[in-house]
Amino acid sequence: MKGTPLIFERSVPGKEGFRLYAPDVPGVNLSETIGGGLLRQNLDLPEVSEVDVVRHYTKLSKMNFGVDDGFYPLGSCTMKYNPKINEEITAYPAFTELHPYAPEELAQGTLRFMYEMQRFLCEITGMDYFTLQPAAGAHGELTGILIIKKFLEAAGQKRSRIIVPDSSHGTNPATAKESGFEIVKVKSGMNGLVDLEELKKNVDENVAALMLTNPNTLGLFEKDIPEISHILHEKGALLYYDGANLNAIMGIARPGDMGFDVVHVNLHKTFSTPHGGGGPGAGPVGVKAFLRDFLPKPIVEKEGDTYFLDYNMPRSIGRVKAFYGNIGVVLKAYAYIRSLGARGLREVSEMAVLNANYLKKKIQDLFEVPVDTICKHEFVVSAGNWKKKNGVRALDIAKRLLDYGFHPPTIYFPLIVEEALMMEPTETEGKEALDAFADSLMRICDEAQENPDLMQNTPHHMPVKRVDEVKAAREMKLKAGQL
Amino acid sequence: MSKIPKNLLYTEEHEWILVEGNRGTIGITDHAQDALGDVVYVDLPKVGDKIVKGETFGTVESVKAASDIYAPVSGTVVEVNEALKDSPELINRSPYDEAWMIVVELDDESELDELLSPEDYENILEGE
Repeated sequence: MKGTPLIFERSVPGKEGFRLYAPDVPGVNLSETIGGGLLRQNLDLPEVSEVDVVRHYTKLSKMNFGVDDGFYPLGSCTMKYNPKINEEITAYPAFTELHPYAPEELAQGTLRFMYEMQRFLCEITGMDYFTLQPAAGAHGELTGILIIKKFLEAAGQKRSRIIVPDSSHGTNPATAKESGFEIVKVKSGMNGLVDLEELKKNVDENVAALMLTNPNTLGLFEKDIPEISHILHEKGALLYYDGANLNAIMGIARPGDMGFDVVHVNLHKTFSTPHGGGGPGAGPVGVKAFLRDFLPKPIVEKEGDTYFLDYNMPRSIGRVKAFYGNIGVVLKAYAYIRSLGARGLREVSEMAVLNANYLKKKIQDLFEVPVDTICKHEFVVSAGNWKKKNGVRALDIAKRLLDYGFHPPTIYFPLIVEEALMMEPTETEGKEALDAFADSLMRICDEAQENPDLMQNTPHHMPVKRVDEVKAAREMKLKAGQL
Repeated sequence: MSKIPKNLLYTEEHEWILVEGNRGTIGITDHAQDALGDVVYVDLPKVGDKIVKGETFGTVESVKAASDIYAPVSGTVVEVNEALKDSPELINRSPYDEAWMIVVELDDESELDELLSPEDYENILEGE
């Protein structure tokens, strides 16, 4: 990063940002208590003052870009604005100062919002029980598939395969593999949806589950979902819902009603908790009643007016996270749901879909459209036309968008679309923002037309110019000392 | 238009095989490397490993994506192109020559009949 040294490069030998006073307790000899083998003599830490540290990171933070800065149409990620009331509620000392080992009678408020959140998520997704433990979407997937695995084992069934569509999120096959299953990929049909004949050919008594997101990664609603569900269930296989795209259907359609047996939802996407740069996220998992016993324990239950943690789940897959999950994140999502209400959540999805279709209509003539139909909350266009015409790629266009002050869309995903640009405007953008983005894309396409060379090393006006991703991947240097 | 040498057989998943006697040399096509973009990592089997027709025997990773490589035939690996480990860019530069991936001893030569001729493969690419 030219012009911005690393904190290590600011290091001046002997410079200190602290002063230790003489101890008023007896000293401890570390080489005796810890043992010489574990003690390091030289820690490669930067020697800087407090003000050096503050200025360094403040400078870096000013180069950052988030949803509070501008439009962020990163497809599949639902980068909606995160209302500040979520933060306000979560900052109450009643929540922040509660110790996770506090006895249940002193934690009734927290247990209550957890219990209500489990119920809300059941209501929104059409499931019967929820765990709030998983810390992210992929973690939710792993939890969900392990639940399915344990259920099948308990039923004495040996099923070794999991089906994923070729348009699926990369985390789906990764989850299946990590859980010990073989992966079977099913090709999409010409209409961008799961090909039922292909699916039928691949479903037999050896299939444990199909992992699917609906709407799918092309932003299209899998309208054959009842038939898909029937094909799976007829052979005793289960249906797993990747909740990545829940923002398209809240209050309108429910995975539980479509036949899904296990779902995960991404609170950090659909329910407006911060993500990008590490979140942390939260990926609660919901199941139909017959799978309740296999959920990670404990879940929150209620008896009379009292909330309690139910550990009496002998068939549980066990804990998947320390304590009860990223509870602060769950609380932010709870605040979001309570402030919008059922009707508000439905309006969220309606507006997300409307925004996506509005933007698609405005820009689709600039690109190739793999499947030209009304989309849900996101859509995919291909820059294949530009690549063929004058060598301008999706990557060049994405980088040029940075110069115009926008976060680029997702690129090169889904893999089934060449030079893909995947855009998800979300419901929180006004018409002005969508128009400004569309206008900029039009200008960029004009530039690509008139001056393709200009596009080769975009961005031009960012503190960091085009990064060499190939070099970064081939010559991986992960520690400051390697640079 | 990507190159499709006439002396090779192909798969729909964009692998090629050069058959000499009961041995086959396997790699990925020019079209595959172009679609992947700059390759940054290759994972290949070891000498002595068995590969099974239609199943994956390795992975190529570019800055865009990681893709499985499917075995065009079944057989035993007798040679592996170690140069690709340090120079995965050979796959972009020379997909049919320097970037051969493995040599296998064929289990069943009749499997070759199910592979695509250069003409068939070209038709598939045009259809895409």
